[in-house]
Amino acid sequence: MDMSKDLVAASATPLVLAILAEGDSYGYAIIKRVAELSGGHLQWTDGMLYPVLHRLERQGHVAAKWSASESGRRRKYYRITREGRAHLAAQRKQWQVVDSTLRGMWMKACTA
Amino acid sequence: MTTFDDGPLEEQIAQWRAYLRRRQALHGPDVEELEGHLLDQYAALTESGLTGDEAFLIAVKRIGSLDALSREFALAHSERLWKQLVIAPDAADEPANAARAETLVVLSLALAAAVAVKAPALFGFRLGGGADPFYARNASLFVLPLLAVYFLWKRGSDVVSGLWLALPFAAGAVFANVYPFRARGDTEVLAALHLPIALWLAVGFAYVRSRWLADGGRMNFVRFSGELVIYYALIALGGGVLTGFTMMMFNAIGIKAEWLAQDWLIPCGAAGAVIIGSWLVEAKQSVIENMAPVLTRLFTPLFTVLLLVFLATMAWTGRPINVKREVLIGFDLLLVVVVGLVLYAASARDPRAPPNFFDGLQMLLVASALVVDGVALAAIAARISEFGFTPNRVAALGENLILLVNLAWTAWLYARFLRHRGSFAALERWQIAYLPVYSAWAALVVILFPPLFGYR
Repeated sequence: MDMSKDLVAASATPLVLAILAEGDSYGYAIIKRVAELSGGHLQWTDGMLYPVLHRLERQGHVAAKWSASESGRRRKYYRITREGRAHLAAQRKQWQVVDSTLRGMWMKACTA
Repeated sequence: MTTFDDGPLEEQIAQWRAYLRRRQALHGPDVEELEGHLLDQYAALTESGLTGDEAFLIAVKRIGSLDALSREFALAHSERLWKQLVIAPDAADEPANAARAETLVVLSLALAAAVAVKAPALFGFRLGGGADPFYARNASLFVLPLLAVYFLWKRGSDVVSGLWLALPFAAGAVFANVYPFRARGDTEVLAALHLPIALWLAVGFAYVRSRWLADGGRMNFVRFSGELVIYYALIALGGGVLTGFTMMMFNAIGIKAEWLAQDWLIPCGAAGAVIIGSWLVEAKQSVIENMAPVLTRLFTPLFTVLLLVFLATMAWTGRPINVKREVLIGFDLLLVVVVGLVLYAASARDPRAPPNFFDGLQMLLVASALVVDGVALAAIAARISEFGFTPNRVAALGENLILLVNLAWTAWLYARFLRHRGSFAALERWQIAYLPVYSAWAALVVILFPPLFGYR
Protein backbone atom coordinates (compact mmCIF):
# COMPACT_ATOMS: atom_id res chain seq x y z
CA MET A 1 0.00 0.00 0.00
CA ASP A 2 1.37 3.41 -0.98
CA MET A 3 0.80 5.93 1.77
CA SER A 4 0.46 9.59 0.87
CA LYS A 5 3.56 11.64 1.59
CA ASP A 6 1.72 14.15 3.74
CA LEU A 7 0.25 11.47 5.95
CA VAL A 8 3.64 9.82 6.40
CA ALA A 9 5.19 13.16 7.28
CA ALA A 10 2.39 14.06 9.71
CA SER A 11 2.57 10.73 11.49
CA ALA A 12 6.36 10.80 11.78
CA THR A 13 6.54 12.95 14.90
CA PRO A 14 4.07 11.01 17.08
CA LEU A 15 5.52 7.70 15.87
CA VAL A 16 9.09 8.63 16.69
CA LEU A 17 8.09 10.05 20.06
CA ALA A 18 6.00 6.96 20.86
CA ILE A 19 8.88 4.65 20.00
CA LEU A 20 11.26 6.70 22.11
CA ALA A 21 8.73 6.60 24.95
CA GLU A 22 9.29 2.83 24.97
CA GLY A 23 12.98 3.38 25.61
CA ASP A 24 16.08 5.15 24.29
CA SER A 25 16.99 4.30 20.74
CA TYR A 26 18.93 5.35 17.65
CA GLY A 27 18.06 6.03 14.04
CA TYR A 28 18.42 2.62 12.45
CA ALA A 29 16.60 0.87 15.30
CA ILE A 30 13.75 3.39 15.13
CA ILE A 31 13.29 2.70 11.40
CA LYS A 32 13.25 -1.02 12.06
CA ARG A 33 10.70 -0.59 14.84
CA VAL A 34 8.43 1.48 12.58
CA ALA A 35 8.51 -1.21 9.89
CA GLU A 36 7.78 -3.85 12.52
CA LEU A 37 4.89 -1.96 14.12
CA SER A 38 3.24 -1.13 10.82
CA GLY A 39 3.70 -4.61 9.44
CA GLY A 40 5.85 -3.11 6.71
CA HIS A 41 3.09 -0.79 5.49
CA LEU A 42 4.79 2.38 6.66
CA GLN A 43 7.93 2.68 4.56
CA TRP A 44 10.09 5.67 5.25
CA THR A 45 12.97 6.82 3.18
CA ASP A 46 15.57 6.04 5.81
CA GLY A 47 17.43 9.32 5.58
CA MET A 48 14.30 11.37 6.22
CA LEU A 49 14.11 10.17 9.80
CA TYR A 50 17.17 12.18 10.76
CA PRO A 51 15.87 15.66 9.96
CA VAL A 52 12.76 14.72 11.96
CA LEU A 53 14.89 13.65 14.92
CA HIS A 54 17.00 16.80 14.69
CA ARG A 55 13.92 18.99 14.58
CA LEU A 56 12.52 17.25 17.65
CA GLU A 57 15.86 17.72 19.35
CA ARG A 58 15.79 21.44 18.61
CA GLN A 59 12.28 21.74 19.95
CA GLY A 60 13.45 20.04 23.12
CA HIS A 61 11.16 17.02 22.70
CA VAL A 62 14.09 14.62 22.55
CA ALA A 63 17.65 14.78 23.84
CA ALA A 64 20.58 13.22 22.02
CA LYS A 65 23.85 11.82 23.21
CA TRP A 66 26.76 10.24 21.38
CA SER A 67 27.98 7.01 22.93
CA ALA A 68 29.75 3.88 21.82
CA SER A 69 27.65 1.15 20.22
CA GLU A 70 28.21 -2.58 20.46
CA SER A 71 30.12 -2.42 17.15
CA GLY A 72 32.58 0.07 18.61
CA ARG A 73 31.44 2.94 16.38
CA ARG A 74 30.06 6.11 17.87
CA ARG A 75 26.32 6.25 17.69
CA LYS A 76 23.84 9.01 18.44
CA TYR A 77 21.19 7.83 20.93
CA TYR A 78 17.95 9.69 21.41
CA ARG A 79 15.90 9.95 24.60
CA ILE A 80 12.46 11.46 25.01
CA THR A 81 12.28 14.44 27.39
CA ARG A 82 9.47 15.58 29.69
CA GLU A 83 8.38 18.13 27.12
CA GLY A 84 8.47 15.35 24.55
CA ARG A 85 6.11 13.21 26.62
CA ALA A 86 3.73 16.14 27.04
CA HIS A 87 3.87 16.78 23.31
CA LEU A 88 3.23 13.11 22.60
CA ALA A 89 0.17 13.18 24.86
CA ALA A 90 -1.17 16.23 23.04
CA GLN A 91 -0.53 14.64 19.63
CA ARG A 92 -2.23 11.49 20.79
CA LYS A 93 -5.40 13.41 21.64
CA GLN A 94 -5.39 15.10 18.24
CA TRP A 95 -4.90 11.85 16.38
CA GLN A 96 -7.65 10.21 18.42
CA VAL A 97 -10.05 12.97 17.38
CA VAL A 98 -9.15 12.44 13.72
CA ASP A 99 -9.36 8.68 14.13
CA SER A 100 -12.74 8.63 15.89
CA THR A 101 -14.24 11.13 13.43
CA LEU A 102 -13.16 9.10 10.42
CA ARG A 103 -14.22 5.87 12.12
CA GLY A 104 -17.70 7.28 12.80
CA MET A 105 -18.04 8.39 9.17
CA TRP A 106 -17.02 5.04 7.78
CA MET A 107 -19.18 3.04 10.22
CA LYS A 108 -22.16 5.06 9.01
CA ALA A 109 -21.13 4.43 5.40
CA CYS A 110 -21.01 0.70 6.10
CA THR A 111 -24.42 0.52 7.76
CA ALA A 112 -26.08 2.81 5.24
CA MET B 1 28.68 -7.56 13.23
CA THR B 2 30.41 -7.49 9.90
CA THR B 3 33.75 -5.81 9.72
CA PHE B 4 34.71 -3.84 6.65
CA ASP B 5 37.95 -5.36 5.53
CA ASP B 6 37.22 -5.26 1.85
CA GLY B 7 38.91 -2.30 0.23
CA PRO B 8 36.38 -1.43 -2.49
CA LEU B 9 33.52 -1.11 0.01
CA GLU B 10 35.50 1.22 2.24
CA GLU B 11 36.31 3.22 -0.83
CA GLN B 12 32.67 3.36 -1.83
CA ILE B 13 31.69 4.51 1.63
CA ALA B 14 34.43 7.13 1.60
CA GLN B 15 33.09 8.40 -1.71
CA TRP B 16 29.56 8.52 -0.39
CA ARG B 17 30.76 10.33 2.72
CA ALA B 18 32.69 12.86 0.65
CA TYR B 19 29.57 13.43 -1.41
CA LEU B 20 27.53 14.10 1.73
CA ARG B 21 30.18 16.37 3.19
CA ARG B 22 29.92 18.74 0.27
CA ARG B 23 26.36 19.57 1.24
CA GLN B 24 26.10 22.77 3.15
CA ALA B 25 23.16 21.79 5.30
CA LEU B 26 24.87 18.63 6.51
CA HIS B 27 27.52 18.99 9.17
CA GLY B 28 30.19 16.53 10.25
CA PRO B 29 28.20 14.80 13.01
CA ASP B 30 25.16 14.42 10.73
CA VAL B 31 27.28 12.70 8.14
CA GLU B 32 28.66 10.42 10.82
CA GLU B 33 25.17 9.58 12.00
CA LEU B 34 23.98 8.79 8.48
CA GLU B 35 27.09 6.74 7.83
CA GLY B 36 26.39 4.76 10.99
CA HIS B 37 22.90 4.12 9.68
CA LEU B 38 24.29 3.00 6.32
CA LEU B 39 26.68 0.59 8.00
CA ASP B 40 23.95 -0.86 10.24
CA GLN B 41 21.71 -1.34 7.23
CA TYR B 42 24.58 -2.87 5.26
CA ALA B 43 25.37 -5.30 8.06
CA ALA B 44 21.74 -6.39 8.34
CA LEU B 45 21.48 -6.90 4.57
CA THR B 46 24.65 -8.96 4.27
CA GLU B 47 23.54 -11.11 7.21
CA SER B 48 20.36 -11.88 5.30
CA GLY B 49 22.47 -13.22 2.44
CA LEU B 50 23.18 -10.35 0.06
CA THR B 51 26.65 -9.80 -1.35
CA GLY B 52 28.62 -6.75 -0.31
CA ASP B 53 27.91 -4.74 -3.45
CA GLU B 54 24.20 -5.50 -3.46
CA ALA B 55 23.88 -4.67 0.20
CA PHE B 56 25.70 -1.37 -0.29
CA LEU B 57 23.52 -0.39 -3.23
CA ILE B 58 20.30 -1.14 -1.38
CA ALA B 59 21.48 0.57 1.80
CA VAL B 60 22.36 3.72 -0.14
CA LYS B 61 19.07 3.61 -1.99
CA ARG B 62 17.11 3.32 1.25
CA ILE B 63 18.77 6.44 2.65
CA GLY B 64 17.04 8.21 -0.20
CA SER B 65 17.77 11.10 -2.50
CA LEU B 66 20.49 13.26 -1.06
CA ASP B 67 18.98 16.39 -2.55
CA ALA B 68 15.70 15.83 -0.76
CA LEU B 69 17.61 14.89 2.36
CA SER B 70 19.74 17.99 2.47
CA ARG B 71 16.65 20.07 1.79
CA GLU B 72 15.02 18.55 4.86
CA PHE B 73 18.18 19.12 6.88
CA ALA B 74 18.21 22.73 5.74
CA LEU B 75 14.61 23.11 6.94
CA ALA B 76 15.45 21.57 10.30
CA HIS B 77 18.56 23.73 10.69
CA SER B 78 17.74 26.92 8.84
CA GLU B 79 20.73 28.75 10.30
CA ARG B 80 22.99 26.51 8.27
CA LEU B 81 22.03 28.28 5.10
CA TRP B 82 23.71 31.32 6.59
CA LYS B 83 27.26 30.24 6.24
CA GLN B 84 28.94 30.62 9.57
CA LEU B 85 32.55 31.55 9.85
CA VAL B 86 33.72 29.22 12.57
CA ILE B 87 37.36 29.69 13.35
CA ALA B 88 37.55 26.32 15.03
CA PRO B 89 37.57 23.87 12.13
CA ASP B 90 35.36 20.87 11.58
CA ALA B 91 36.80 18.07 13.62
CA ALA B 92 37.63 15.96 10.62
CA ASP B 93 38.79 18.68 8.28
CA GLU B 94 41.90 19.83 9.97
CA PRO B 95 43.63 18.81 13.16
CA ALA B 96 42.42 21.06 15.95
CA ASN B 97 46.03 21.62 17.03
CA ALA B 98 46.85 23.41 13.80
CA ALA B 99 43.91 25.77 14.27
CA ARG B 100 44.89 26.45 17.86
CA ALA B 101 48.47 27.12 16.80
CA GLU B 102 47.25 29.55 14.17
CA THR B 103 45.03 31.37 16.66
CA LEU B 104 48.01 31.67 18.96
CA VAL B 105 50.32 32.93 16.22
CA VAL B 106 47.75 35.46 15.02
CA LEU B 107 47.02 36.78 18.49
CA SER B 108 50.70 37.14 19.32
CA LEU B 109 51.36 38.91 16.01
CA ALA B 110 48.45 41.28 16.64
CA LEU B 111 49.84 41.92 20.11
CA ALA B 112 53.29 42.44 18.63
CA ALA B 113 51.83 45.00 16.23
CA ALA B 114 50.24 46.85 19.15
CA VAL B 115 53.54 46.76 21.05
CA ALA B 116 55.41 47.94 17.95
CA VAL B 117 53.10 50.92 17.76
CA LYS B 118 53.68 51.83 21.41
CA ALA B 119 57.42 51.03 21.59
CA PRO B 120 58.69 54.27 19.95
CA ALA B 121 56.80 56.22 22.61
CA LEU B 122 59.39 54.95 25.09
CA PHE B 123 62.02 56.84 23.11
CA GLY B 124 60.10 60.06 23.20
CA PHE B 125 58.32 59.94 19.85
CA ARG B 126 54.90 61.50 20.17
CA LEU B 127 51.96 59.87 18.48
CA GLY B 128 50.21 63.17 17.93
CA GLY B 129 52.98 64.27 15.60
CA GLY B 130 54.31 67.61 16.74
CA ALA B 131 57.27 68.80 14.73
CA ASP B 132 58.43 65.33 13.73
CA PRO B 133 55.70 63.12 12.20
CA PHE B 134 57.68 59.99 12.96
CA TYR B 135 54.53 57.90 13.31
CA ALA B 136 53.04 59.01 10.02
CA ARG B 137 56.24 58.15 8.14
CA ASN B 138 56.57 54.74 9.75
CA ALA B 139 52.92 53.71 10.11
CA SER B 140 53.14 50.84 7.64
CA LEU B 141 56.39 49.56 9.14
CA PHE B 142 54.72 48.73 12.44
CA VAL B 143 52.28 46.30 10.88
CA LEU B 144 53.18 45.13 7.37
CA PRO B 145 56.36 43.22 8.34
CA LEU B 146 54.33 41.32 10.94
CA LEU B 147 51.67 40.59 8.35
CA ALA B 148 54.41 39.25 6.06
CA VAL B 149 55.65 37.10 8.93
CA TYR B 150 52.15 35.69 9.33
CA PHE B 151 52.01 34.69 5.68
CA LEU B 152 55.53 33.27 5.75
CA TRP B 153 54.50 31.16 8.72
CA LYS B 154 51.17 30.19 7.22
CA ARG B 155 52.66 29.16 3.87
CA GLY B 156 55.54 27.37 5.54
CA SER B 157 58.15 29.43 3.71
CA ASP B 158 61.79 28.87 4.54
CA VAL B 159 64.15 31.22 6.36
CA VAL B 160 65.98 32.27 3.19
CA SER B 161 62.88 33.68 1.52
CA GLY B 162 62.04 35.32 4.83
CA LEU B 163 65.40 37.09 4.79
CA TRP B 164 64.87 38.19 1.19
CA LEU B 165 61.52 39.61 2.19
CA ALA B 166 63.09 41.50 5.08
CA LEU B 167 65.03 43.54 2.51
CA PRO B 168 62.20 45.74 1.20
CA PHE B 169 60.99 46.43 4.73
CA ALA B 170 64.49 47.33 5.88
CA ALA B 171 64.89 49.57 2.85
CA GLY B 172 61.52 51.16 3.64
CA ALA B 173 62.62 51.84 7.21
CA VAL B 174 65.86 53.41 5.99
CA PHE B 175 64.27 55.68 3.39
CA ALA B 176 61.50 56.74 5.74
CA ASN B 177 63.94 57.91 8.36
CA VAL B 178 67.29 59.00 6.90
CA TYR B 179 66.17 61.93 4.81
CA PRO B 180 66.50 65.39 6.40
CA PHE B 181 62.91 66.44 5.62
CA ARG B 182 62.02 70.07 6.18
CA ALA B 183 59.33 70.67 8.73
CA ARG B 184 55.86 70.06 7.24
CA GLY B 185 57.40 69.34 3.85
CA ASP B 186 55.32 67.98 1.00
CA THR B 187 57.84 65.29 0.15
CA GLU B 188 57.57 63.92 3.67
CA VAL B 189 53.80 63.62 3.43
CA LEU B 190 54.17 62.00 0.01
CA ALA B 191 56.69 59.49 1.35
CA ALA B 192 54.39 58.63 4.25
CA LEU B 193 51.47 58.10 1.86
CA HIS B 194 53.39 56.06 -0.69
CA LEU B 195 55.45 53.78 1.54
CA PRO B 196 52.49 51.49 2.39
CA ILE B 197 51.66 51.10 -1.32
CA ALA B 198 55.26 50.16 -2.09
CA LEU B 199 55.48 47.71 0.80
CA TRP B 200 52.13 46.11 0.02
CA LEU B 201 53.92 44.42 -2.88
CA ALA B 202 56.31 42.81 -0.39
CA VAL B 203 53.31 41.55 1.58
CA GLY B 204 52.04 40.18 -1.72
CA PHE B 205 55.26 38.25 -2.21
CA ALA B 206 54.82 36.72 1.23
CA TYR B 207 51.18 35.97 0.45
CA VAL B 208 51.75 34.09 -2.79
CA ARG B 209 55.09 32.63 -1.73
CA SER B 210 56.90 31.49 -4.83
CA ARG B 211 53.89 31.63 -7.10
CA TRP B 212 54.18 35.30 -8.03
CA LEU B 213 54.59 34.53 -11.69
CA ALA B 214 51.80 32.01 -11.77
CA ASP B 215 48.84 34.26 -12.56
CA GLY B 216 46.47 32.67 -10.08
CA GLY B 217 48.68 33.72 -7.20
CA ARG B 218 48.55 37.43 -7.87
CA MET B 219 44.82 37.40 -8.52
CA ASN B 220 44.37 35.68 -5.17
CA PHE B 221 46.35 38.45 -3.55
CA VAL B 222 44.09 41.00 -5.25
CA ARG B 223 41.05 39.19 -3.89
CA PHE B 224 42.64 39.03 -0.47
CA SER B 225 43.40 42.76 -0.51
CA GLY B 226 39.81 43.66 -1.40
CA GLU B 227 38.33 41.46 1.29
CA LEU B 228 40.83 42.79 3.83
CA VAL B 229 39.74 46.35 3.13
CA ILE B 230 36.13 45.37 3.75
CA TYR B 231 36.90 43.42 6.91
CA TYR B 232 39.11 46.21 8.15
CA ALA B 233 36.32 48.73 7.64
CA LEU B 234 33.93 46.50 9.59
CA ILE B 235 36.41 45.99 12.42
CA ALA B 236 37.09 49.72 12.48
CA LEU B 237 33.36 50.36 12.78
CA GLY B 238 33.15 48.06 15.78
CA GLY B 239 36.28 49.66 17.22
CA GLY B 240 34.67 53.07 16.88
CA VAL B 241 31.64 51.89 18.83
CA LEU B 242 33.90 50.40 21.52
CA THR B 243 35.86 53.66 21.78
CA GLY B 244 32.71 55.71 21.97
CA PHE B 245 31.36 53.64 24.84
CA THR B 246 34.70 53.78 26.63
CA MET B 247 34.69 57.57 26.59
CA MET B 248 31.03 57.87 27.45
CA MET B 249 31.17 55.50 30.42
CA PHE B 250 34.33 56.93 31.97
CA ASN B 251 33.05 60.44 31.40
CA ALA B 252 29.91 59.45 33.28
CA ILE B 253 31.98 58.82 36.42
CA GLY B 254 33.96 61.99 35.88
CA ILE B 255 37.16 60.47 34.48
CA LYS B 256 38.52 61.82 31.23
CA ALA B 257 39.36 58.80 29.06
CA GLU B 258 40.44 60.63 25.91
CA TRP B 259 44.08 59.71 26.47
CA LEU B 260 43.14 56.03 26.73
CA ALA B 261 41.32 56.15 23.41
CA GLN B 262 43.80 58.35 21.56
CA ASP B 263 47.06 56.85 22.80
CA TRP B 264 46.08 53.23 23.26
CA LEU B 265 42.76 51.97 21.95
CA ILE B 266 42.83 53.55 18.50
CA PRO B 267 46.50 53.14 17.49
CA CYS B 268 46.92 49.66 18.96
CA GLY B 269 43.56 48.55 17.64
CA ALA B 270 44.26 49.93 14.19
CA ALA B 271 47.54 48.02 14.03
CA GLY B 272 46.25 44.76 15.47
CA ALA B 273 43.14 44.84 13.29
CA VAL B 274 45.26 44.48 10.14
CA ILE B 275 46.57 41.14 11.38
CA ILE B 276 43.22 39.97 12.74
CA GLY B 277 41.42 41.07 9.57
CA SER B 278 43.91 39.17 7.41
CA TRP B 279 43.42 36.10 9.50
CA LEU B 280 39.65 36.31 9.14
CA VAL B 281 39.94 36.74 5.38
CA GLU B 282 42.24 33.72 5.18
CA ALA B 283 39.92 31.65 7.35
CA LYS B 284 36.76 32.55 5.51
CA GLN B 285 37.88 32.48 1.91
CA SER B 286 36.15 29.22 1.21
CA VAL B 287 33.25 29.79 3.58
CA ILE B 288 31.65 33.09 2.70
CA GLU B 289 30.98 34.80 -0.58
CA ASN B 290 33.58 37.41 -1.48
CA MET B 291 32.17 40.84 -0.81
CA ALA B 292 34.38 42.98 -3.07
CA PRO B 293 32.93 41.61 -6.35
CA VAL B 294 29.41 42.07 -4.99
CA LEU B 295 30.12 45.73 -4.22
CA THR B 296 31.67 46.00 -7.68
CA ARG B 297 28.50 44.75 -9.31
CA LEU B 298 26.49 47.20 -7.26
CA PHE B 299 28.60 50.26 -7.97
CA THR B 300 29.71 49.74 -11.56
CA PRO B 301 26.34 50.84 -12.98
CA LEU B 302 26.10 53.73 -10.51
CA PHE B 303 29.55 55.06 -11.35
CA THR B 304 28.86 54.64 -15.05
CA VAL B 305 25.70 56.69 -14.71
CA LEU B 306 27.55 59.32 -12.69
CA LEU B 307 30.29 59.67 -15.29
CA LEU B 308 27.87 59.82 -18.21
CA VAL B 309 25.63 62.36 -16.52
CA PHE B 310 28.69 64.41 -15.59
CA LEU B 311 29.93 64.40 -19.20
CA ALA B 312 26.49 65.27 -20.52
CA THR B 313 26.16 68.12 -18.03
CA MET B 314 29.56 69.47 -18.99
CA ALA B 315 28.74 69.29 -22.69
CA TRP B 316 25.32 70.87 -22.18
CA THR B 317 26.32 73.74 -19.93
CA GLY B 318 29.79 74.26 -21.38
CA ARG B 319 31.20 74.78 -17.89
CA PRO B 320 34.94 74.19 -17.78
CA ILE B 321 36.62 72.28 -14.97
CA ASN B 322 37.62 74.78 -12.33
CA VAL B 323 41.25 73.83 -11.85
CA LYS B 324 42.15 74.09 -8.20
CA ARG B 325 44.77 72.34 -6.12
CA GLU B 326 42.75 69.28 -5.24
CA VAL B 327 41.20 68.70 -8.67
CA LEU B 328 44.04 66.54 -9.95
CA ILE B 329 44.03 64.40 -6.81
CA GLY B 330 40.26 64.10 -7.04
CA PHE B 331 40.46 62.76 -10.58
CA ASP B 332 43.30 60.44 -9.54
CA LEU B 333 40.99 58.96 -6.94
CA LEU B 334 38.23 58.61 -9.51
CA LEU B 335 40.57 56.59 -11.72
CA VAL B 336 41.62 54.49 -8.72
CA VAL B 337 37.96 53.66 -8.11
CA VAL B 338 37.40 52.76 -11.76
CA VAL B 339 40.53 50.58 -11.88
CA GLY B 340 39.33 48.94 -8.66
CA LEU B 341 35.93 48.25 -10.20
CA VAL B 342 37.56 46.70 -13.27
CA LEU B 343 39.99 44.68 -11.19
CA TYR B 344 37.37 43.26 -8.82
CA ALA B 345 34.94 42.53 -11.60
CA ALA B 346 37.75 40.57 -13.26
CA SER B 347 38.62 38.81 -10.01
CA ALA B 348 35.20 37.21 -9.77
CA ARG B 349 34.63 36.52 -13.45
CA ASP B 350 35.07 33.23 -15.17
CA PRO B 351 37.53 34.19 -17.91
CA ARG B 352 36.07 31.60 -20.27
CA ALA B 353 32.53 32.98 -20.22
CA PRO B 354 31.44 34.89 -23.35
CA PRO B 355 30.90 38.66 -23.16
CA ASN B 356 27.69 39.67 -21.43
CA PHE B 357 25.79 42.83 -20.56
CA PHE B 358 27.96 43.56 -17.53
CA ASP B 359 31.10 43.52 -19.67
CA GLY B 360 29.54 46.10 -21.92
CA LEU B 361 28.75 48.20 -18.89
CA GLN B 362 32.35 47.91 -17.69
CA MET B 363 33.58 48.99 -21.08
CA LEU B 364 31.28 52.00 -20.94
CA LEU B 365 32.54 52.81 -17.44
CA VAL B 366 36.17 52.65 -18.54
CA ALA B 367 35.57 54.67 -21.68
CA SER B 368 33.64 57.41 -19.88
CA ALA B 369 36.28 57.54 -17.14
CA LEU B 370 38.91 58.00 -19.85
CA VAL B 371 36.99 60.86 -21.40
CA VAL B 372 36.36 62.57 -18.06
CA ASP B 373 39.99 62.23 -17.08
CA GLY B 374 41.11 63.41 -20.50
CA VAL B 375 39.03 66.57 -20.11
CA ALA B 376 40.43 67.13 -16.62
CA LEU B 377 44.02 66.56 -17.76
CA ALA B 378 43.60 68.94 -20.67
CA ALA B 379 42.33 71.60 -18.29
CA ILE B 380 45.24 71.02 -15.94
CA ALA B 381 47.84 70.86 -18.70
CA ALA B 382 46.68 74.23 -19.98
CA ARG B 383 47.61 75.79 -16.67
CA ILE B 384 50.51 73.60 -15.56
CA SER B 385 53.09 76.27 -16.43
CA GLU B 386 51.27 78.63 -14.09
CA PHE B 387 51.51 76.13 -11.25
CA GLY B 388 55.11 75.06 -11.63
CA PHE B 389 56.26 71.58 -10.72
CA THR B 390 55.77 70.99 -7.02
CA PRO B 391 56.31 67.47 -5.63
CA ASN B 392 52.58 67.04 -5.00
CA ARG B 393 51.69 67.96 -8.55
CA VAL B 394 54.34 65.72 -10.10
CA ALA B 395 53.22 62.80 -7.93
CA ALA B 396 49.57 63.35 -8.79
CA LEU B 397 50.35 63.76 -12.47
CA GLY B 398 52.48 60.62 -12.51
CA GLU B 399 49.74 58.61 -10.86
CA ASN B 400 47.19 59.96 -13.26
CA LEU B 401 49.32 58.90 -16.22
CA ILE B 402 49.91 55.42 -14.79
CA LEU B 403 46.19 54.87 -14.26
CA LEU B 404 45.37 56.40 -17.63
CA VAL B 405 47.71 54.01 -19.42
CA ASN B 406 46.15 51.10 -17.57
CA LEU B 407 42.61 52.17 -18.43
CA ALA B 408 43.40 52.99 -22.04
CA TRP B 409 44.80 49.55 -22.64
CA THR B 410 41.96 48.02 -20.63
CA ALA B 411 39.44 49.78 -22.86
CA TRP B 412 41.24 48.46 -25.93
CA LEU B 413 41.22 44.90 -24.53
CA TYR B 414 37.57 45.22 -23.55
CA ALA B 415 36.66 46.40 -27.01
CA ARG B 416 38.47 43.43 -28.57
CA PHE B 417 36.81 41.08 -26.12
CA LEU B 418 33.34 42.45 -26.78
CA ARG B 419 33.82 42.04 -30.51
CA HIS B 420 34.99 38.45 -29.95
CA ARG B 421 38.47 39.30 -31.19
CA GLY B 422 40.23 38.63 -27.89
CA SER B 423 39.75 36.75 -24.66
CA PHE B 424 38.88 38.03 -21.23
CA ALA B 425 41.94 36.22 -19.92
CA ALA B 426 44.10 38.74 -21.79
CA LEU B 427 42.39 41.54 -19.88
CA GLU B 428 42.87 39.76 -16.59
CA ARG B 429 46.53 39.13 -17.41
CA TRP B 430 47.01 42.79 -18.24
CA GLN B 431 45.47 43.93 -14.96
CA ILE B 432 47.59 41.71 -12.78
CA ALA B 433 50.74 42.28 -14.81
CA TYR B 434 50.22 45.98 -14.14
CA LEU B 435 50.04 45.61 -10.35
CA PRO B 436 53.79 46.00 -9.65
CA VAL B 437 53.76 49.28 -11.57
CA TYR B 438 51.76 50.96 -8.79
CA SER B 439 54.20 49.81 -6.15
CA ALA B 440 57.22 50.69 -8.28
CA TRP B 441 55.90 54.23 -8.73
CA ALA B 442 55.18 54.48 -5.00
CA ALA B 443 58.74 53.33 -4.25
CA LEU B 444 60.00 55.97 -6.67
CA VAL B 445 58.07 58.66 -4.82
CA VAL B 446 59.46 57.49 -1.49
CA ILE B 447 63.07 57.14 -2.63
CA LEU B 448 63.64 59.74 -5.35
CA PHE B 449 61.23 62.58 -4.66
CA PRO B 450 62.72 63.92 -1.40
CA PRO B 451 66.27 64.45 -2.78
CA LEU B 452 64.87 65.55 -6.16
CA PHE B 453 62.81 68.32 -4.61
CA GLY B 454 65.27 69.31 -1.90
CA TYR B 455 63.26 67.71 0.97
CA ARG B 456 60.72 70.49 0.92
